[in-house]
Amino acid sequence: MFHDRSPIYLQIADGIKNDILSGSLREDQQVMSTNQYASFYRINPATAAKGFAQLVDEGVLYKRRGIGMFVSPDAPAKLRAERRERFFAEALEPVLDEAKRVGISVEEITHYLGSRR
Amino acid sequence: MIEMRGVTVRYGDTVAVDDVRLSLPTEKIYGLLGRNGSGKTSLLSALASYRRPHRGTVLVDGVEAFENPEVMRGTAFIRDTLDLNDSDRVRSALEVAGWLRPTWDAEYAIKLLDIFELDARKRISALSRGQRSMVGVVLGLAARAPLTILDESYLGMDAVARTLFYRELLADYLAHPRTIIVSTHLIEEVADLFERVIIMDRGRILLHDETDALRGRGVTVTGPAERVSAFAAGHAVLGEQSLGGVRAVTLDGRLDPDEIARGERDGLTFGPLGLQDLFVHLTSQRLEVSR
Repeated sequence: MFHDRSPIYLQIADGIKNDILSGSLREDQQVMSTNQYASFYRINPATAAKGFAQLVDEGVLYKRRGIGMFVSPDAPAKLRAERRERFFAEALEPVLDEAKRVGISVEEITHYLGSRR
Repeated sequence: MIEMRGVTVRYGDTVAVDDVRLSLPTEKIYGLLGRNGSGKTSLLSALASYRRPHRGTVLVDGVEAFENPEVMRGTAFIRDTLDLNDSDRVRSALEVAGWLRPTWDAEYAIKLLDIFELDARKRISALSRGQRSMVGVVLGLAARAPLTILDESYLGMDAVARTLFYRELLADYLAHPRTIIVSTHLIEEVADLFERVIIMDRGRILLHDETDALRGRGVTVTGPAERVSAFAAGHAVLGEQSLGGVRAVTLDGRLDPDEIARGERDGLTFGPLGLQDLFVHLTSQRLEVSR
């Protein structure tokens, strides 16, 4: 589940964001407790807690005292907007770099994309 | 808080633990890593007050631990010798632990025997190396001691037994939080359970940090020799190797994303370093000389 090439708390936060974006976690839905999460994924609970704290800080999750943590109502829209912003820089730029290395022109790429429509 | 203040342990002229200062907040799981002979067991023996340090003190919640019955009742130190008689039966070893320890959970001990498929009627002498280690784990976990120290408790266990051990360790810690210190060489398979990692090297503490802070610390940079060298200038180099005109260096610390992007434009490739590799680099003497 987790690799050791980046901090696990960041991997946890990314995983939950992906679940929210894909719709498998919905607005105002309760997420697992840190202990449930730790025992499910076999990780230290403090590490899991840090991942959840990060999401609370970012406003992706909110806490209800004594009950648990829930998905913020605006989280899906906010996350989608963030990811759309990053899409060109993070997903497309590397593709264009590779295209340049192997000599594929932008025209060829647009032609290919046109045929996929 | 468990504190070691300037603790030194010697065997004749050999200094096994060299003036160690360590502050360990309670109710966390710590991983103690170090090569053979780095002083792990000596450090743990002093920490558990099994051995009086030549210099320095160990304080548990501000109280000196050595020969303090209160602290000792709350300390479970499981070492590979198990401190049992070979002629004892497993059952009687557990009974004795129950008399000595106010926190002992006999029901949980039976459950653990069952999980490890251990026969309580067997004598210690009739157990395999792995089974002896399992008895150690049962004694360590069922003691529910506020300070639980498991020194290389996986020795001889097969992959299945180790998985059961790690699973129980985490489950029982979640149900009964306490300070647990685990020494191991098998970093990759247990690191996820450790909140903090302590790395020992030649009697000293090389590093004490959150485990998560070590993930992604360290990066390998590969590319044309002169460009790699130029890039590495000003960074702490943990290791390097060359083949023809290609050079690969391992750098300590996190790189700034802009720096990586610049390097990539220069034809360098970057790879993250796993925990095991980081540990090897940090504790490998041969590489340190070339630093």
